Parts: sequence; structure tokens; C-alpha cells
Amino acid sequence: MTILDLKPGQVSRVVNWSTQNPPARLLELGILPGTEIELVRYAPLGDPIDLKVRGYHLSIRKSEAALVTIEDINS
Amino acid sequence: MQLETERQGVSGRRIALIGNPNVGKTTVFNLLTGMRQKVGNYPGVTVERKVGRLSGEDQIDIIDLPGSYSLSPKSLDERIAYDVLMGRLPGEEAPDLVVCVVDASNLERNLYLVTQVIDLGLPVILALNMTDAAESAGVQIDVALLKERLGVPIVSMVASKNEGLGKLKYLMRQAKLPARAERHWSIMPVVDEKLPALMALLSEEVQEKGRFIETLQCLTSDLMLNVWKDRSPEFYAAILEAREQLEQVKAPYLQAEIIGRYAWLGPITAEVAKRHKDPSERSLSDRIDAIVTHRIAGPLLFGLLLLVIFQAVFSWATPAMDAIENGVVALGIVVRSNVASPWLSDLLVDGVIAGVGNVTIFLPQILLLFFFLGLMEDTGYMARSAFIMDRLMNRVGLSGGSVVPLLSSFACAIPGIMAARTLANPRDRLITIMVAPLMSCSARLPVYTLFIAAFLPTGTVLGLFSYQGVAMFSMYLLGTVLSFFAAWVLSRFVFKGDSSFFAMELPPYRRPRLRQIFWRMIDRAKAFVVRAGKIIFWMSILLWFMARYPSVELDPSFEARRSSVQETYEASVAAGGNGEAAALILEASIQQLDIDAAGYRIERSFIGMLGHGLEPVMRPLGFDWKISAGIVSAFVAREVIISALATIYSVGDSDENSPILREKLKADRYPDGSPVYTPLVAVSLLVFFVLALQCMSTLAIARRETNTWKWPAVMWLYMTGLAYLFSLVIYQGGMALGLG
Repeated sequence: MTILDLKPGQVSRVVNWSTQNPPARLLELGILPGTEIELVRYAPLGDPIDLKVRGYHLSIRKSEAALVTIEDINS
Repeated sequence: MQLETERQGVSGRRIALIGNPNVGKTTVFNLLTGMRQKVGNYPGVTVERKVGRLSGEDQIDIIDLPGSYSLSPKSLDERIAYDVLMGRLPGEEAPDLVVCVVDASNLERNLYLVTQVIDLGLPVILALNMTDAAESAGVQIDVALLKERLGVPIVSMVASKNEGLGKLKYLMRQAKLPARAERHWSIMPVVDEKLPALMALLSEEVQEKGRFIETLQCLTSDLMLNVWKDRSPEFYAAILEAREQLEQVKAPYLQAEIIGRYAWLGPITAEVAKRHKDPSERSLSDRIDAIVTHRIAGPLLFGLLLLVIFQAVFSWATPAMDAIENGVVALGIVVRSNVASPWLSDLLVDGVIAGVGNVTIFLPQILLLFFFLGLMEDTGYMARSAFIMDRLMNRVGLSGGSVVPLLSSFACAIPGIMAARTLANPRDRLITIMVAPLMSCSARLPVYTLFIAAFLPTGTVLGLFSYQGVAMFSMYLLGTVLSFFAAWVLSRFVFKGDSSFFAMELPPYRRPRLRQIFWRMIDRAKAFVVRAGKIIFWMSILLWFMARYPSVELDPSFEARRSSVQETYEASVAAGGNGEAAALILEASIQQLDIDAAGYRIERSFIGMLGHGLEPVMRPLGFDWKISAGIVSAFVAREVIISALATIYSVGDSDENSPILREKLKADRYPDGSPVYTPLVAVSLLVFFVLALQCMSTLAIARRETNTWKWPAVMWLYMTGLAYLFSLVIYQGGMALGLG
């Protein structure tokens, strides 16, 4: 499951990046294994997306979001 | 006595201000320094260097570092910030003290940078800003505990309301600097055990306190490591070896620093910042976002806002611009009537005053546009507009933030190019600057009006749209389409290696602070006048010189004409005719004579020579020497081609709606009797004006914004090349189809 499988408003936890070299900037901005992430909404044209990470809103493109594997935290 | 030693303690102190973007760092800087700021560039790069004096102090300099998320440089801005803090820039020692401005409502991510700054080993003060926003978000921060955990002094503040500034200033002035804080977080052992040996290799090159972070940077970044390739080949090789070993054991060493810092920060933030509101409760900002970035309402709102901005820059600026223009003319008249020497008055009026006018004329648009940009940035809407437009712009290799600068360029490329500063990614910013001048600016409008009205048939398409309206629309469309195409080419082929991934914070909405916005408007206007204005001013004088010199003797026939009209007048008066009517005729004839003389002179001036010289090159586009000379003089500003043509055609003062100029153009013939201007020539010329970079002010501002002549040169070449190519194809193609 990646971030893109979430529905708007759904919260999950990051498992890992499914790439060898994830963009370091996104890690520095707080998207790390174990981080809770909420997919807040999609942009009007479907891309980018608005995430809530560590208490703030971060917008990234779908192409990067697809690289973040997540786990459901409700189960 | 004690006071004196305290003074000496701070004498020459340099304090760096650092923080994430959107934390109010600039507000803090402005409040600390008042207007005592110097803005320049770091040598050789586009990054702006801002230094100010702490107000009420003559001894303390404050350096405002570019907004950064991290000290592991990923952008030029962050590279500069790191180099300044390490004392690496030529002529700049490391600061004595660093003030970290952080957003209290977004503590965890903000503290990431703080832990890096602490690791530099410099004394640090933490300015905990926006505590009001944190409070209203339901976050209570235990400042004493945070201070204990980090080991640095903390000042709680609300910079926008001027709260806490006094205490911050007091701490900055203390003779005794805060003690160095220790590093509390730890890096994964597999990486940690490699560090001491690597750090030891830097013992001669880097001071003890900076060694740890420098080694860490080099381990994870080639950009940083390459510095050492020549300086310390030993260290360079050791790092490469360490990387290889870490890769063999599959240690995620590239992320080790980030993971380590957050692992320490996460629990601390949870401990220090207590939430007393349900986190799932939607804040006001979230509720605003639900509308502003709504699928339908969002784009509509954005479109509406653009319309208002467009309207403002296009028409609200007009009265002020007219006033400046009239002022320049009035001043010219005053100078002419008070300066006896015609040479000097020409230089003053047509050179100097016109030059100043060419600079100030842009100010109304720049101020208005930056008012709106300031409003958008200050409220947090700017990020939303980029969020809404990103997908569209991404297709041509730009990002959402390019929309506002590009649209502003419809009014004028100068404020448009300056607006590209709002783009965080340097690649996106440069591409936006490079393509902005292709948008049809308002200076092209008079040129379009003149040639469309004179040479395109009246009549309608489908009984609905006039040919002339369609032609006008096509000009705007052509420029826009080509600017997107150029952006696509640039991002695809020129900057293809650069990363273009997108990560943008959507800051909470805030009430705009007019004082901040006003400050920024003045800041931008000053930057324009001081930096670009100089170039524009001297170019204006150069072009004036080229239009006036070499000064030639008039043909004797002018003298003959002059005496003949004088004789006619005298004869008519002597014959007892109507003296008043004869005097009017005399005046009109002399006026026409002067206008003709001006035409005679400009043909023989440097500009006329250039026109003649360029004619062989311009003929294939359908342009004769007069149009070529007009194009050369239009380099001052595009609309100048109209007054230049008016001078060449001896029409006197004219604007684009002048019927006399229109008729003169239509009547002009080549020696073989064929008309100089056909509709095909007009279309070719129109297209040339859509595409060519006929504007020295654009070049000047591009020079300022990119801090090199390279990009303005590329800009001029590719745009003029495009213009030539398109006009050539249109004219030659049209001729081949028998449309000439």
C-alpha cells in the first residue's frame, strides 16, 4: 500500500520508501519510517496532494507519494 | 568602566539569523534592523545577501540567511547558509552568534534545523516565534523544559505583534555569549564508529567544532565532498571508502543523520509541546482550505484573483504612469526653456530626463504587483495557488509557482521577472525568468494597435469576431504558446539534469500585516531602481546619442526652402494680404521644415546607419531600412518604434492612433513603385514584435535577478532568433503563396 491508496482524511503510518534513494528533502521534511501521515486532499486537478505530517501540511506530487509504502494503523 | 568592557565585548559582533521558510524570519530581521539594511548578492550567485545593523547599536551586524529547511545543502540558498555559518565564504568569518527563528506551531520540523545549527558549535539563541499561532492551535509549549533539553537560551515571541523583541535584543547585546550546547542525538552505531577516524583527517583544515557536521555532510553528499577532492585527497578517499563499506553492510547511511535527529526530536517535541485540543478537530485554516483548494471553487477563486491582479497592473497603474510621463515631458519643457545651449538641453531632456523617465515609469506596476504578491505570500495563499496550478504547469516542465510571474508578464516582464523570486526551486525560477518576456506585455500593445489598424482589413470572421480583434488575440496567443514551448525545451534539454521534484509547505492562513507588505514593496522598488535602473539609464543615454549623432549639416535645399517660405510670407504681407493668416502659414511651414530636418538627420544618424546596415539582413522579413532603424530604436522600449517611425516619416509627434502616420506608412513606396508596407509585411513585423526581446529594461532586470550577463544574453539570442525565424517563414511563405 502506498500513500496514494489512502482516501482523503485517512491516517496511516509510513513503513518505508520503496526506492533505494528517496529524495533527501522529503526525509528532512519528516517523512520517515514510523511517521504518521494523513492524506488531506488532492489538488483540484488531481495532482499534487496535501499531506499532514508531524503537525503541518506538506504538498508533494503523486509521483513521489507513490514511493512511500504505508500500513493501516486502525487494524 | 564595566560598561566599557561590555561595549568592547560586542564590538564588531556578527549575528546570523536562520530559520525555515515561513517562520517570520524576515519580520524579525526587519524589526531588529529597522530600515538600516544593505541588500546585495553573494559573489557570483543569485542568492540575495541581506545585512543590517541592530537598531540602537553601532557595533552589531545581523546577517539574514536565506530560508532553509536543512543545513545539508540541496539548494544554492542552503549552500550559502551553510558556508556562511562555517565561515567559508571569502571575506566572511563565521558569525559569533546564531539566532534560530522557529515556528512554535510547527515545532518538530523546525527543530530539525536547530539541532544542525547546534552541531556547528556556534553559540545559539532560539527565537520561538508565533507562540500565538501555537496557542490558538491548542499547543502549549513548556519553554523551560525545551531550554533544558536543547541547552540554548529561548525567547518566546510574536514578531508580527512586536512581542518579545526587547528580550531578544537584550540577549543579542550581552557581552557574554551563550555557552555552546552539546550534541544530544546519536547516529546509528554502524555510521558512528566510522566518524572519529574520518574527522581526524580534517584536523588541520576544519576547526574542532565544525568537524563533525562537515564529515557528516561529506559522507552523504557529493556536492560537499567534491570541495575536498583537491584540498585533502586523503579525506576524500577515506570518505569514498567508508561509503563503500557502509553500502556493503547495507547500512542506510544516507538517511542516518535524518533518522537520528528525528528519533531524538520526536519524543522531545511530544514532551515539550502539549496538545490540549483533539488533534482531529479541524482548525480554521483547514476549513478555509476546504474552500480555497476545493475542486471547483478553488480554481474559480484563483482565476478571479488573477483577474483582479491583472486589472490592477494593467489599468490601475495607468494614471500613475501617465502622470510620470507627463511629468517627464513638463520637466523637459522647463529645462529646454532655461538651458541656452541646444546641445546641453538635448542631452538633458532627451538623454538624462528621458532616461530617468524610462526607469520610473515601471514603478507603479512594480509596486502594485508586489502589493498583491505580498498579500498572497503573507496570508499563505501563494502556496495554495501553486498547489492548484502545479499539474498544469508541470506538463511544460514548470511548477505551480510560475503562474503568477508569467501572468504578471502580460502587463510587463519587469515585475513578472522579479515575481519569480517567489519560486523556491532555482531551476523553476530560472526557466520562468527566461520565458516570461515572451508573454505579450503592455508595451507591445501600441505596436499591435498601429499596424493592425493600418494594414489589416476590417470585417468579421463568422460575422462575430473582427479580423483585427482576431489578429490581436493571435498575437497574445502566439507569445503564450511559445513561452510554454520554450519552458518545455529548457526543462527538457537545458536543465534536464536538475532535480525538479516538488515539496511545498502549505503554511496556515494568517492575517496579512500591511507593514510587512509595504516593506517588501519598497524593498523590491529599491532593488529595481538601484540595480536595473542604472543599466536602463545609461542605455537610454546611449540610444539618445545614437539617434542624434553624428551631427550632419542639413542639405542646402533645406536652407533654400526656409528662405522661400520666408519670402512667400514677406511677399504676402507686402501685398497687403491677411497678415495673421500668412503668419500661421509661415509657422506651419517652418514646423514642417523642422520635422523634415529631423527625418533627414535621423537617416544619417548612427541609428539610421544601423537601419541601412541591417536592411540586407531584414529584407527577407520584408523590412526596409526605416523599419530596421525603428526596430533598433525600439530597444529603449518597444513602443518607441512608433515615435521613431514618426520622426523618420516626418510626421512630428504621433501616437499609435495617429491617422497621419498610418496614411504615410500606407503611402510609402520602394523606388520600383511597390508599397513598403503590405498586410504581409505588417503581419511579419507584428510577429517580430511578439517574439523579439526588444527591451533593454528586461535585459537589465534579468541581469540583476540572475546575477550574470549569461542568461540575459541567452534570452536575447533565443528570442531574437525565434522572431527572425518566424518572420522569415511568414514573409517568405506568404510571398510564395502570392500574398505579398
